[in-house]
Amino acid sequence: MSTLAQGSVEGGNPLVNIGIFTLFVIITLVIVFRASRNTKTASDYYAAGRSFSGPQNGTAIAGDYLSAASFLGIAGAIAVYGYDGFLYSIGFLVAWLVALLLVAELLRNTGKFTMGDVLAFRMRQRPVRAAAATSTLAVSFFYLLAQMAGAGGLVSLLLGVEGDVGQSIVIGVVGIVMIIYVLVGGMKGTTWVQIIKAGLLIAGTAVMTVWVLGKYGLNLSELLGSASEAAGGNDALLNPGERYGESGTTQLDFLSLGIALVLGTAGLPHVLMRFYTVPTSKEARRSVVWAISWIGLFYLFTLVLGYGAAALVGTETINNAPGGENAAAPLLALELGGPVLLGFIAAVAFATILAVVAGLTITASASFAHDVYANVIKKGNVDSKTTEVKVARITACVIGAVAIIGGILAKEQNVAFLVALAFAVAASANLPTILYSLFWKRFNTRGALWSIYGGLTTTIVLIVFSPAVSGSDSAMIPGADFSWFPLSNPGLVSIPVSFLLGIIGTLSSKEHLEEKHKEMEVRSLTGAGAEKATTH
Amino acid sequence: MNSTEPQPPEADMWAQVHASEDFQRLRKRLRNFVFPMTALFLVWYLTYVLLADYAHDFMSIKVVGNINLGLILGLLQFVSTFVITGLYVRYANRKLDPIAESVRNEVEGGDKQ
Repeated sequence: MSTLAQGSVEGGNPLVNIGIFTLFVIITLVIVFRASRNTKTASDYYAAGRSFSGPQNGTAIAGDYLSAASFLGIAGAIAVYGYDGFLYSIGFLVAWLVALLLVAELLRNTGKFTMGDVLAFRMRQRPVRAAAATSTLAVSFFYLLAQMAGAGGLVSLLLGVEGDVGQSIVIGVVGIVMIIYVLVGGMKGTTWVQIIKAGLLIAGTAVMTVWVLGKYGLNLSELLGSASEAAGGNDALLNPGERYGESGTTQLDFLSLGIALVLGTAGLPHVLMRFYTVPTSKEARRSVVWAISWIGLFYLFTLVLGYGAAALVGTETINNAPGGENAAAPLLALELGGPVLLGFIAAVAFATILAVVAGLTITASASFAHDVYANVIKKGNVDSKTTEVKVARITACVIGAVAIIGGILAKEQNVAFLVALAFAVAASANLPTILYSLFWKRFNTRGALWSIYGGLTTTIVLIVFSPAVSGSDSAMIPGADFSWFPLSNPGLVSIPVSFLLGIIGTLSSKEHLEEKHKEMEVRSLTGAGAEKATTH
Repeated sequence: MNSTEPQPPEADMWAQVHASEDFQRLRKRLRNFVFPMTALFLVWYLTYVLLADYAHDFMSIKVVGNINLGLILGLLQFVSTFVITGLYVRYANRKLDPIAESVRNEVEGGDKQ
């Protein structure tokens, strides 16, 4: 990095970038403070009083889901690896059908705030809540760390802030602003931040997409041709295999990633929790429809942006820029609209990190306060609802502090695998239990525990002994080699293992909960007795 | 819930509703739609992933200009996702919501909330 004397993207103006970002923070803080006036009960704090409409929540889901990894990462991967980068976005999108068809509405009807609520409905409360909270915290932690570490890289790329101290300060500021959002605004404030951010992100990428296509007479084929020519003219950018086609292992690795992506989304705790912010299951359905529309549209934009960056900026320039492939979208913005558009895109990228981190923090703090504190430690006898919210707020501060410290420590690390890890844990530890719990009447406590803890352990063990952690050039610990599992993505093994453990655990236990499942099924399918919206 | 009238124990009430004709029809309609549809899109997605992963030559066949089969199949994944979403919403609005609502009213009415 020392060779890059300029630090930030050449031609960009850090002051413009910082200015636009500061404006975003001020506007959202005002909105968060206004939204916080009615936040009193646990339902207000965790679920925004269930008062959001489907379209609002769907937009917020898109804001939550389209992290910096998907914005900068996918556009960059397409610019550098071509077609193989596009494959990510398809997995991320198709995954929403699992949420739409199997999870969103039934979950909304059965639970209150967390995944633990759904499991605790018919199983022994304390063990399953502790398990659900463990996997929720694990997923949130991995995801959070990846976002915060990414913030460090983004700082040097976009704001021209150099050196350890400078970068650490910016990570600290991002963390503190995020904590304020969560503390003051609760779920309602956080949701508004997501909505605004999603709007800016989609508007910004839409403008760039039209701009790029306009340069090629709205002809996608010509854009592809130009991108391919700029990359050497041998169609490598257009055909699959540039990234994952190397060997049998990398091909298997891609298959594993593809499965984790499609099954992980519906198990991500911060996505699940969003379904509780709407008043009915019908609104939950509308949420997913809106989310699918925004997310699909956005990934179509990134396809154009990625190839646009390859054609107009050039793969070589992108690879040599600070931040590497992550620089593709910002560099394209600079090429198209000069420092102002770059400033806007840079600010959007920061807002993205901020909003995603806030969403994760509120989920993790809710899970701890609601599942662990209120139901495991206090056994459901919390003196008043305000105590639980107080605990959630304290937890949010702790998680925020952990995120800041983790982000500072991890900023030089290769953490791309952390997002894949979060999806793999979500797909192996969370999804099987949720599906069994909703659809399988024989499912019981032991099945849930085996599936959650088994899935979590398998995933983490396989990652620790994978080439992502040791034994390769790009590993987290490049010097050591204790890897024996060949794939960087454990999903191919850990997901079936977890589904299987759920079955074995269930059948080996004598606990029968079929009667309780009848009640759960009636409630989940009809919404009878579900938590209603609070009116203020 | 604090009704003074004698009522069957709660578990019985849920079991009764569960066994009712309306609810069984709702349950069947939901499962008959979501399970096959899930299988369908997962198989279609996996086929696509396997093709992109292992059938490079096939996916590299150019169809129109620089647009190859891989890109078309990829874009078709977007199309199928949007179509399945639309189909489900239509199905749920027409075939699921009305029954769900009537069962819910029955339960909550009987609950004296």
